[in-house]
Amino acid sequence: MRNRFRICAVATSDPIKTVHLKTNGTSRYADHLNGQDHGEAFSVSFLKMALKFEVLGKFNRARAARLALPHFVCQTPLFMPVGTQGTIKGLTNNQLEEIGCQIILGNTYHLALRPGAELIDDLGGLHKFMNWKRALLTDSGGFQMVSLLHLADITEQGVTFQSPVDAKPMLLTPEESIQIQNKIGADIIMALDDVVKTTITGPRIEEAMYRTLRWIDRCIAAHKRPDEQNLFGIVQGGLDPVLRDICVRGMVDRNLPGYAIGGLSGGEDKDSFWRVVAQCTAALPEDKPRYVMGVGYPLDIVVCSALGADMYDCVYPTRTARFGTALIPEGLLKLKNQAMANDERPIDPTCLCMVCKNYTRAYLHCIVTKDPMGSQLVSYHNLSYMMRLSKDLHTSIVEGRFPEFVQDFLRVQFPRGDIPEWVCNAMEVAGIDISTCCAP
Amino acid sequence: MRFAVTRACGGGGGRARVGALYIGGCTTAPIETPSLLISTRKGLPTFVSRDHLATLPTPDSLLLHVSPLHFLDCPSSKTISNIGGLHQMLGLHEHFFVAAPRDSLESLPESEGTNKLGASFETPCGRRLIKPSAYVEKIASLKPNLWASMADEVPAWVSEKRNKTSVDRTLRWLDECLALDPAGGKTMLGVVVGGSNIEERKHCAIEVATRNVPGFWIGGFGLGENVEERSALLNAVTDNLPEEKVRFISGLSLPEEVLQGVASGIDLFDSTYIYHLTLGGFALIFPFKILDHNNLDFQLDDTVGDRTKINLRATIYRKDITPIVANCSCFTCQNHTRAYINHLLNVHEMLAHILLEIHNTHHYLGFFRAMREAIKGGKFDLFRHRFIESRRIHLTSAVLCS
Repeated sequence: MRNRFRICAVATSDPIKTVHLKTNGTSRYADHLNGQDHGEAFSVSFLKMALKFEVLGKFNRARAARLALPHFVCQTPLFMPVGTQGTIKGLTNNQLEEIGCQIILGNTYHLALRPGAELIDDLGGLHKFMNWKRALLTDSGGFQMVSLLHLADITEQGVTFQSPVDAKPMLLTPEESIQIQNKIGADIIMALDDVVKTTITGPRIEEAMYRTLRWIDRCIAAHKRPDEQNLFGIVQGGLDPVLRDICVRGMVDRNLPGYAIGGLSGGEDKDSFWRVVAQCTAALPEDKPRYVMGVGYPLDIVVCSALGADMYDCVYPTRTARFGTALIPEGLLKLKNQAMANDERPIDPTCLCMVCKNYTRAYLHCIVTKDPMGSQLVSYHNLSYMMRLSKDLHTSIVEGRFPEFVQDFLRVQFPRGDIPEWVCNAMEVAGIDISTCCAP
Repeated sequence: MRFAVTRACGGGGGRARVGALYIGGCTTAPIETPSLLISTRKGLPTFVSRDHLATLPTPDSLLLHVSPLHFLDCPSSKTISNIGGLHQMLGLHEHFFVAAPRDSLESLPESEGTNKLGASFETPCGRRLIKPSAYVEKIASLKPNLWASMADEVPAWVSEKRNKTSVDRTLRWLDECLALDPAGGKTMLGVVVGGSNIEERKHCAIEVATRNVPGFWIGGFGLGENVEERSALLNAVTDNLPEEKVRFISGLSLPEEVLQGVASGIDLFDSTYIYHLTLGGFALIFPFKILDHNNLDFQLDDTVGDRTKINLRATIYRKDITPIVANCSCFTCQNHTRAYINHLLNVHEMLAHILLEIHNTHHYLGFFRAMREAIKGGKFDLFRHRFIESRRIHLTSAVLCS
């Protein structure tokens, strides 16, 4: 007989340290821990989690949830802007709060380089250093190393690379990555994984997947602050369903506070992409957050949310802003285009952000890619768009109108009904009827 | 717009004055002068967006300089007009824009190309010849609150003949602009030039003073003239301009130069000091209340830089968790530390410049405020002397210590 537990957390003002376990049946495990009577709620502090995840609404696989982290209570689905070097390029903290950012990402690789993990620790952690009052997430540093350093190499020990500062050989181990992330102090930290490009085939993918599982144990062992920082495991396995399945099971066995689906957004075709997400979300536990790394196109976020993912990050919205491209419900608006030179409309007439309330496409056309202000203003708008999308996803699920939201979204992006096949396939699996949006 | 001198003879041999500039609109409190025109690029500060601009001291921070040359190529005059002019286009409805072509940064008078048809400028769009008619048309679409007539500004080293030509041209273009302006010059500032020639300066000022304009823009300074002879040149101008009308100037950026201008009776300054400081990673720290100290503490501390500013790129700030200036009420000092800005500068992040421009603007506006207090108290000369001494003492000590 399977013991059924309902896990809910104590609402304390401190980071969650204890977990209530309610049983509705005999529970030898609970008995073993506390020797208490059946059917009673009691406190257990074995599960070291610094978060509480509560699903507030669902539509098939999609879910809207409340994610309580030590520094902030978030609503999912949510998009996390990337603040690589301890800042979102060109935006201040109060602007980010105004826009509705809940969690921002810091890159461990960059921060460990400058200003350095020791310094951040000495000055009280990254929150204090940046004066960011909401939640932070740091990645492991592994991905940057592999993508930025052409001499990086992965061994069982860790990632070996040439220091960009003085060309000395260096090694980033799972232990060290966690140590650095413990110093930085983010609410969510990522395990060091062996990430390979999805475009690669062959035994390397299997090797990377198993290594990722071995490394998660080393990460768990090295993690010194589990009651303040949540260690997320990352599911690897390339595009191979068998490998992905093994990895998911392995990760779930470790009973981590949350899970990420990694190794995607690296150039694979969309049809493979959504299938991996669908497989993983189906196998990951209901009651833990699911983070698809590197996903940033609005369409991809809508599809992944329909399939049951909760968190996303990408440099895309801010990076594309610096090139003069704005995100709008219809898709993209290239502000540098000559057609914008005399367009007196705001970027998006339906957007309520400071930029759309005050500036025309014509004026922005003049300043994008030429003046720092152009970068700032379009970044501001693009992140506002992403936060609005996150909020709309959350609210539409909670209010029971998620399919309608998806249909509206697709209709505006694809007014001619030419919705890509992969989206149609994914929506079918997600159980959302988009036939009215597709061309006959 | 209305201007009135509220305190005259505050120093500088009687020329320094405090004034009140009533800019209208929703702002009822006047802007006190001497004050600063905040530099802009295409109408907006280089790094400070409108929401942060709103956190700077008001009404001082409502005064912005704008160069029509930033809008040569786009948007078109028609589009600017359709949008409603500068205030609408920039989302700065309560602000007061003073337009003059020269911005002392990227739009620079190029006197060799200037001819009888128009003034030549180096602009971000290359070298351009601007004719009065095109200039007035652009102004009409931008609708700044005040605008300077077109002038032929020449550097200090040109020949006497060229200098004389510049005065003649400037006067001719002033009259042309007056004639072309649909509003008849109601918001036009007459430009006074004359280079480094006292007689020409005097002559030009007297002529411009006869035109029916609400104020004056003093051009041609900061173009290589001798700092020692500058005061005489400035006085030659201001002594021949009506007391009760407002006087703007460009090219005097540094605090010492501003003090020099104030001593000669200038009211408003278009300064690029903040821009240069910001780009260089410098933050202003000098204390304003230098009149309160009976004996100023001239001992060298170990901050890197002079007593006016600190270079936040310096490694000594890596772990400095204090704000740039203790008790500074600007957004930057209220929210961030020297250590964070040092990091941002090291990793070349734009946020460093945003935070610095906010602080530096706030601080420089404070400097102007302190100057006004000194003038009101009749202590401007002492203020000026002390400020300059405090800068020189540092240099002297540095030399002695080395």
